[in-house]
Amino acid sequence: MILNIDPGIVDWSRAQFALTAIYHWLFVPLTLGLSFLVAIMETIYVKTGDPEWKRITKFWMTLFGINFAIGIATGIILEFEFGTNWSNYSWFVGDIFGAPLAIEGIMAFFLESTFIAVMFFGWNKVSKKFHLASSWLTAIGANISALWILVANSWMQYPVGMKFNPETARNEMQNFWNVLFSPVAVHKFLHTISAGYVTAAIFILGISAWFLLKKRETGMARKSILVAAIFGLITSIFLAITGDGSAYTIAQTQPMKLAAMEGLYKGQKANGLVLFGIPQLGKKVGDGKNNFAFKVEIPGLLSILGYHNMDAYVPGVEDILNGGYKPEFQNITPVEKETTLPVSEKIERGKLAITAFGYFKKAKKAGDEVSAAKADSTLKANFAYFGYGYLKSPGEAVPNVALTFYSFRTMVIFGFYFILLFIIVLYFHSKNQLQDKRWLQYVMLWTIPLVYLAGQAGWVVAEIGRQPWVIQDLLPTRAAVSMIETTSVQITFWLFAVLFTALLIAELMIMTRQIKLGPKDGGTK
Amino acid sequence: MTVGKKLWIIILIKLFILFFFLRLFFFPDFLRSRFSNDRERGDYVREQLIQRK
Repeated sequence: MILNIDPGIVDWSRAQFALTAIYHWLFVPLTLGLSFLVAIMETIYVKTGDPEWKRITKFWMTLFGINFAIGIATGIILEFEFGTNWSNYSWFVGDIFGAPLAIEGIMAFFLESTFIAVMFFGWNKVSKKFHLASSWLTAIGANISALWILVANSWMQYPVGMKFNPETARNEMQNFWNVLFSPVAVHKFLHTISAGYVTAAIFILGISAWFLLKKRETGMARKSILVAAIFGLITSIFLAITGDGSAYTIAQTQPMKLAAMEGLYKGQKANGLVLFGIPQLGKKVGDGKNNFAFKVEIPGLLSILGYHNMDAYVPGVEDILNGGYKPEFQNITPVEKETTLPVSEKIERGKLAITAFGYFKKAKKAGDEVSAAKADSTLKANFAYFGYGYLKSPGEAVPNVALTFYSFRTMVIFGFYFILLFIIVLYFHSKNQLQDKRWLQYVMLWTIPLVYLAGQAGWVVAEIGRQPWVIQDLLPTRAAVSMIETTSVQITFWLFAVLFTALLIAELMIMTRQIKLGPKDGGTK
Repeated sequence: MTVGKKLWIIILIKLFILFFFLRLFFFPDFLRSRFSNDRERGDYVREQLIQRK
């Protein structure tokens, strides 16, 4: 019996998860970055003994606290959704997803919560050094929390370190270190936290620029801008470097995602990188039309970025669907070492794996160990293509190319713009001309929404680019969702939209009020 | 009202809504609420994975 899934439940479950993740990611980057910037400013206070730095630290710490308090637990809803909307996925991943999430919760509870209390309520109650240590441990705790979530997400993109148990229908962790230190996890963690650091740096730049525009708290603003711009420049360069690392691992492990990021349908050796372009509207796989209505390309750069080899062949969407090329990437099954399989054959192998999975249990139940062993062997031989067995046609293996392409470019173009902005700000700061450049102050202020847009665009690349997979190659969204009423998901979707929007409005109102009040207790004009 | 008080109120209201409203009424754990042990859950998921192809 084939169980037909209402596509509405898949789409609404995806939309709900995306809505929750997007709102969650509005709060998290600022927490990750501002925690470190506050710790740095407090370090300057402790080292110099200058009370102005204490005042500056407390001001930014208040804004950190507002963002932290309103953002806290918004991620919990994602866990609720795993259990309700994505029950097959939750079961299938076994303890691989659960373990990192559990560690994240424990770390967040014990490390962050303990020291955040000292950070906010311990001024003048504990020694300067103890308070400073608490601020640093809060920052470190927040970032280590992020590590575990990102390890879990990375495993979805590049499932390693596990073995599927057909008896329990669950994946079981075989090697924790393979999961923790997978190249995807390492690059994703470093790239994501860097994005948080750049977000916080831009935030401080923008708010400080507002003070300069109002000709208020100019001393505090200039000092804050200096710290944030230096921090921002270093971390935005690191962001670019880790972005390159991420692209390299994507080329190795998710070639279809890379093809979508580049709008690449037909690959070649010495493939160029599209700087910017407009994908052809209505372009379909195999229609023979040009990929782009317009593009500006740097020859050979995609091969260098993707494979660190100028002559490397980078497959396009159609090449991956049709197979038949020699893969240059590492994440490949033994059967495809010399020539990749067409997706149509992967679909057949996937169906074999799913059928064998069914026969295994039947045979076990009937006490037929010989048939069970045969089924298990077939399942193991084809498990790498398990998820393909759910695809109705090869075309379903292609994510939304235009959305992935534009999101990638949004993220990268803004990323380089931020580097340029930090350099310009530092230049004028060094010339003591920052206060006179009102155009630059407006630019700094209006860059705040852009850094949030860049961060969201990055996640769109990561998560839209991996479609249709919830777990790359092993489980598509169609097989992962729960059999629940579409109406219930629609109701909670709109409930979340209202709840999160209310939280966001609350944050913006409280934050802007606190900014307008400015730092307390004297200080310099 | 101080900003600290405001934030505590928001945190408490938010946590209440999340755990005592959303979690209870809208987000039951699908497998835990329908099946009493892991064996039954595993059997159900297996049937779902086999039948959805």
